[in-house]
Amino acid sequence: MLKIFLNYLTDGLQEIYHAVKDYNLMLALGRQDVATRYRRSRIGAFWLTINMIVTIMVLGFVFGGIFKQSINNFLPYLTVGLVLWGFISNSINEGCASFSSSSDIILQVRMSFFIHIVRVLWRNLIILFHNLLIIPIVFIIFSKSLSIDSLLSIPALFLILMNLAWMSLLLAIICTRFRDVGHIVQNIMQVTFFVTPIFWEAKLVMGDFVEIINLVNPFYHMINIFRAPLLGLDSDIFSWIFCAIFFLVGSILSLYFLGKYQKRITYWL
Amino acid sequence: MNKIANIVLEEVSIDFPIHNASSSSLKNKVLSRLTGGLIDRPYDQHLIVHALRNVSLEIKHGDRVGIVGHNGSGKTTLLRLLSRIYHPTSGYANIKGKVTPLINISLGINPEATGRENIILRAALLGIPASEIKQLMEEIIDFTNLHHYIDVPFRVYSTGMQLRLAFAVSTIIKPEILIMDEWLATGDNDFKDKANLRLKKIVDDSEILILASHSRELIKENCNKLIILEQGQVKAFGKTDELINTYFHLG
Repeated sequence: MLKIFLNYLTDGLQEIYHAVKDYNLMLALGRQDVATRYRRSRIGAFWLTINMIVTIMVLGFVFGGIFKQSINNFLPYLTVGLVLWGFISNSINEGCASFSSSSDIILQVRMSFFIHIVRVLWRNLIILFHNLLIIPIVFIIFSKSLSIDSLLSIPALFLILMNLAWMSLLLAIICTRFRDVGHIVQNIMQVTFFVTPIFWEAKLVMGDFVEIINLVNPFYHMINIFRAPLLGLDSDIFSWIFCAIFFLVGSILSLYFLGKYQKRITYWL
Repeated sequence: MNKIANIVLEEVSIDFPIHNASSSSLKNKVLSRLTGGLIDRPYDQHLIVHALRNVSLEIKHGDRVGIVGHNGSGKTTLLRLLSRIYHPTSGYANIKGKVTPLINISLGINPEATGRENIILRAALLGIPASEIKQLMEEIIDFTNLHHYIDVPFRVYSTGMQLRLAFAVSTIIKPEILIMDEWLATGDNDFKDKANLRLKKIVDDSEILILASHSRELIKENCNKLIILEQGQVKAFGKTDELINTYFHLG
């Protein structure tokens, strides 16, 4: 029993290893996806940044008004959360389709399945780097300063990325077999956006119910470890531990899945 | 010891589940489980297609193998099995050597990118590192005759130019096992001769050639062994000279 489990796990790890050896290819593919956006329009991926700015402004004024928040604090809070949320939700939604959208390549060239996952993540990471530029601008406008502790956001982003990697991998395998799961995931992400404190502040709304949900909401903890240091708040140590354990358990699970089903994935395409 | 390309298939079968809209739905699966199969329509059972059945063969270093068979006889499936894309559903396959499929030479080409970028992209898909491609870049551009156009988006190329570019990058490979589905069709007359020469060289340099084709001439010219596929089974496997007439009913 355990032996079979470990066997699948090593098979899965091997796929990851092959992908890392081919890092050239996966980075080239992801970069190409973004470069295409620049071809027909000079500002390219910054179009997405403009969209993001508009969303931040609208949500900021509407919900800042509803919650009677001072815009000086609320807008930086909203900006950091929304920029990161955009990255998380796009990575997961696109991650679901990473095998089916690359089916022509998968059916012709044998390469590690993980390459297609990294392609999607890398593409979204480049877009995130465009959007991150909004943060210093907003911080300057609302004269919010950064401290040395803000650097904690960098390892936080790394931990978030690792979590997204296993989640995309697992979802991509399931979504290739069951085509309706992609829609289910989209719905879940939509609902999560409302449940997670992104455009509302935890201290204002948190009732017992919401608090319990967010205790186990991985996205809450991911956003927390990234956002709190940037805003000069204490990031709960519990959130860090949660993300680390979530990564460990999730990676083992998705590697097992990859090892077990890697020979079947091409049949499902 | 040098690794020598070698392919062994023992009793290999490949079965395809054909998933329709309802069998690839998780919701239906859950419903069916929960209700003990009550909410389970008969057509929810997915179809299974036996694409290859009990295929056993051995292909050795130096073999040039042609594959013939009617549409739906399992040629593509066999090529994909040999490319390590499909794993046998039952039986055993051992493929030693680096396999390079040259089936769709335009695979991975991005029409919005320039010719030069596409060379890098296409090469990456063929497993050629970026450093190596930089050295070969001039040679590839030279071969395509696209000098002035190489930094122009691929989509504005004429069909012939697109083909030339795709062909020139795809043929810089040095495969141990080369897999082709028909001879690569290539452009106008001038280019054709040059291209044929180049393709011929790759074919000659590869340790094993697998070529699926409907053309008698092509098989006769390039292959010393022949596999005849019929309904997913190997009907015959032997020397081309002895078998070619049984398939093409000529002579």
